[in-house]
Amino acid sequence: MPAPTPPELVACHDCDLLSPLPHLSEGERARCPRCGSVLFERKGHSLDYSIALALTSLILFVLANVNTLMRMNIGGRVQSGAIISGISELYAQGFWMLAALVLVVTILAPLVKILAILYVLAPIRFHLRAPGAIRVFRLFETLHPWAMTEVYMLGILVAMVKLKDLASLEAGVALYSFAALILVMAATDSSLDDHEIWERLGHLRDKTA
Amino acid sequence: MTRPPDSALRRGYLLCHTCHQVSAAGAAHPQCPRCGAPLHARKPDSLTRTWALTLTAYILYIPANLLPVMTVTMSGQGEPDTIMSGVKELLLGGMWPLALLVFFASITVPVLKLLILTYLLISVQFRSQWRPRERTVLYRITESVGRWSMIDIFVIAILVALVKLGALATIDAGAGAVAFGGVVVTTMFAAMSFDPRLIWDAMEKQND
Repeated sequence: MPAPTPPELVACHDCDLLSPLPHLSEGERARCPRCGSVLFERKGHSLDYSIALALTSLILFVLANVNTLMRMNIGGRVQSGAIISGISELYAQGFWMLAALVLVVTILAPLVKILAILYVLAPIRFHLRAPGAIRVFRLFETLHPWAMTEVYMLGILVAMVKLKDLASLEAGVALYSFAALILVMAATDSSLDDHEIWERLGHLRDKTA
Repeated sequence: MTRPPDSALRRGYLLCHTCHQVSAAGAAHPQCPRCGAPLHARKPDSLTRTWALTLTAYILYIPANLLPVMTVTMSGQGEPDTIMSGVKELLLGGMWPLALLVFFASITVPVLKLLILTYLLISVQFRSQWRPRERTVLYRITESVGRWSMIDIFVIAILVALVKLGALATIDAGAGAVAFGGVVVTTMFAAMSFDPRLIWDAMEKQND
């Protein structure tokens, strides 16, 4: 038996204060009166907007992972590296824990995040709920802090600086794709109103139940 | 303040941490009516878990800084690099903005994060009444900034892939990198397991 839900109440994640549910217009955010954390915001973007961005992310993600990140020329010998080759090299050197960590935060978590958005949002658009949508969206919320695409980009920059005295570097297709991916993924995240998605998932369940 | 503010716990409501739904506490093992996640008034064993993870990170922090994170071998000459020597190298190369960034992400952030978590834990244990709002902000910053410490791990992952030219030049990862990765992951979990609502519970008890 699900417990009855109190009407029109929100509780703060960070200090547990109960407040009456604020009615926000698009683009407004409500902050907790006691501790100042964001209770929620109405982002006011359509589902189509988020879906389009997530699809773009997916294409860029594939491009960033199948192409060469950088080519390096040391005394006529050319060595190229991709995101996955860094992981496999760590594994080959016997650092399987590091390899697994980098694999999860740079490839698996971002990929699953993008796919989860598409899997949950696309059916909602047609007032349908995909099987297991609630579980998938919970996974999305959990993965959020572990997708470190933008941190990896900074890592690339630092690595390039460290190598610039050693060799001549040439950026590959993956580097540009990756840079674009960061921007598009950030736009996706900021367009997605998870409160609204949860509300819709809840309503859809009421209809199917 | 004439009346203590209403917290969800005091009024018998539970907040779902996954989908933000508020529901009435009732069952022995309540589940969120909307998303099915298990509900807790406060994160389970928050203090114990956060202490354990924070202490683990402190211990890992020692080898992370003492052991080499990678070894650069140029024409047979091997040179071990620690986190600190990596920053120094960027500084000597005249790249001070980048050196500053790496110093901040790899050295300042992990240390500050550990100190802040320790302070928050102690303040909650001693039921501190001091500036709860600022402590909550401190927690929020700690939670959001931790991931940036991963930079060094990624730099190593890229360097080992690019520099493997046999006798000419090779870069090998080192045990320090494993420890450092461990520090970043355990502090992230530590921040996640800490419940900032405990800061406010102490304030409310005072009001009763």
